[in-house]
Amino acid sequence: MEEGSDKQIGSSTNEEGNANADSQPDTAPAPVVSPSAEEPHSETKRKIDVLLKAVGDTPIMKTKKWTIERTRSVQGLMDFIKKFLKLDAAEQIFIYVNQSFAPSPDQEVGTLYECFGSDGKLVLHYCKSQAWG
Amino acid sequence: MTDDKDVLRDVWFGRIPTCFTLYQDELTEREAEPYYLLLPRISYLTLVTDKVKKHFQKVMRTEDISEIWFEFEGIPLKWHYPIGLLFDLHASNTSLPWSITVHFKNFPAKDLLHCQSKDVIEAHFMSSVKEADALKHKSQVINEMQKKDHKQLWMGLQNDKFEQFWAINRKLMEVPPEDGGFRYIPFRIYQAINERPFIQKLFRPVANDGRPYTLGDLIREVCPAAVPAEDCTKD
Repeated sequence: MEEGSDKQIGSSTNEEGNANADSQPDTAPAPVVSPSAEEPHSETKRKIDVLLKAVGDTPIMKTKKWTIERTRSVQGLMDFIKKFLKLDAAEQIFIYVNQSFAPSPDQEVGTLYECFGSDGKLVLHYCKSQAWG
Repeated sequence: MTDDKDVLRDVWFGRIPTCFTLYQDELTEREAEPYYLLLPRISYLTLVTDKVKKHFQKVMRTEDISEIWFEFEGIPLKWHYPIGLLFDLHASNTSLPWSITVHFKNFPAKDLLHCQSKDVIEAHFMSSVKEADALKHKSQVINEMQKKDHKQLWMGLQNDKFEQFWAINRKLMEVPPEDGGFRYIPFRIYQAINERPFIQKLFRPVANDGRPYTLGDLIREVCPAAVPAEDCTKD
């Protein structure tokens, strides 16, 4: 895998694949590295691969490929990127699909994956300012 | 595609009579009368309620006013959903006028997106249009348009100008004759009983054997739970 290992987004889950994972408190272990090829089938259904690319002078993320739960919202992903890049709470992150439109923050990434994913992954661009009108 | 002008007009001019009332716990200097408005179904709450805002702010002190938001029977109303959708989703069983409560405090940031200016609404609207065109024409039509065309689309909506809007929107609804239909049909299915935001999937307008799909086909395919059992074999 040319981009190093995939990472899981969602530090509040225990990654055991049980249905209650979402309601686990924040005491669960930190994100686990999990190359997508080794994931059991049910995991691959519940989660999707996302490739995150920086635009302009927005800092890049060393890990670009992430595994995310389908039901996670775009807002949740924006919060994650902000935290990962250690941005101020006041700073904004914009996310774009197809380098064209900004999905609404309450949209689920799973929906975007189904409609705009290709080659088994969803490519999203992120930016600190509005990149595409 | 745009032959059904009467239908387009009726959809565009669909209105919901609405009564806005100030939330009982808001502080006022004198009594706040309710405010009545005919809301356009296809527009956004925060785009058409400047008068409502002014009306209530007249009786309030500046320090008691922060970001406005709207609520119906305890449900914060998402401004980024079209007004008609909000009504059908939450209020279709209530009698008219639709009774909306206006708040100026305790903005529920967990449930609602902030809307500090009209630019935010414009950005949201244009993104929806672009997303739809990505499905319909692989974004070719929207990308070939000029900035001023995008602006005209938005101004048409903002100023409730049917002709101005459709002069541009008809291009977005066109299908080259050799193609038989959009690549995919942009649609979203919202359900009052469902916590998840909406169902959106890839759906082609025509079956492999050339038969055009109906709305019933789409709902049976992506949302079978919404089809009553006895209707399954009909239409």
